[in-house]
Amino acid sequence: MPKGDFPLFYTFHFYLFGIVAVVSALLFVTRKSPVAAALWLVNTMFCLAALYVLLDAQFIGAIQVLVYAGAIMVVFLFVIMLLNLGHPSELADARGTGWKVAALAVGVVLLAEVFTLTRARLPESRALPPGFIAQEIAREGAIAPIARPLFTEYLLAFELTSILLLAAIVGAVVLGRRRQDAG
Amino acid sequence: MLAESLFFSAVLFVIGVVGVLTRRNAIIIFMCVELMLNAVNLAFVAFAQVYGVAGQVFVFFVMTVAAAEAAVGLAIIIALFRHKPTVNLQQINLLKG
Repeated sequence: MPKGDFPLFYTFHFYLFGIVAVVSALLFVTRKSPVAAALWLVNTMFCLAALYVLLDAQFIGAIQVLVYAGAIMVVFLFVIMLLNLGHPSELADARGTGWKVAALAVGVVLLAEVFTLTRARLPESRALPPGFIAQEIAREGAIAPIARPLFTEYLLAFELTSILLLAAIVGAVVLGRRRQDAG
Repeated sequence: MLAESLFFSAVLFVIGVVGVLTRRNAIIIFMCVELMLNAVNLAFVAFAQVYGVAGQVFVFFVMTVAAAEAAVGLAIIIALFRHKPTVNLQQINLLKG
């Protein structure tokens, strides 16, 4: 990230990817077909990866494309196609007007809350000097600044994550198994 | 760019919430949850740019949890579908079928 005010090139791309992400997300929740919805969500995730790169998180951007857009969404599409969804009776799934009004109210309240929060003063004493992370990445690459806290300060969380993944693998296998002898 | 990132993050999160509340298709509701997690990740990355790289480490953990959640959740949906061939949540209304 450049210091001080941003060049037009940077700002233009930031807003471009942000707006495309929001529009794709809107199209995603309004599509009837699950496959079309999943593909719009993939588009949102790609735009978010671009935003991560613009925000000095190149490694997270790459992981976003690989893990989210690549792996998780492929699993979703795989399940949609495995279950052969898209039958006309499956498509009309939107809830009634009451639910829509309730959802709109919740959305408006959440947005109002967020806009109130944006007026709050963020603690400036703990803020890094502008462009600090960009300089760090330029000095030692995109991965080292993330890897160091991950394997020192957050090592316990990292190990717990591996246990979580093991539990998820075992759970998915147990749930997905066909029951042969269970009554 | 912190304020703009938080704005986009909030809008994406609200779209996810509205999607969860207005749809009945279990898989679409799952994808809306993923969208909410992504919105939170965007806020983390934006704060990481100002307050240090720990935010990016948290994004890493959020992605791991999302992957685990997707695996288990989709396995549950497949198990439900085997029991009763629908993903419409209104028709999945029995604890004991």
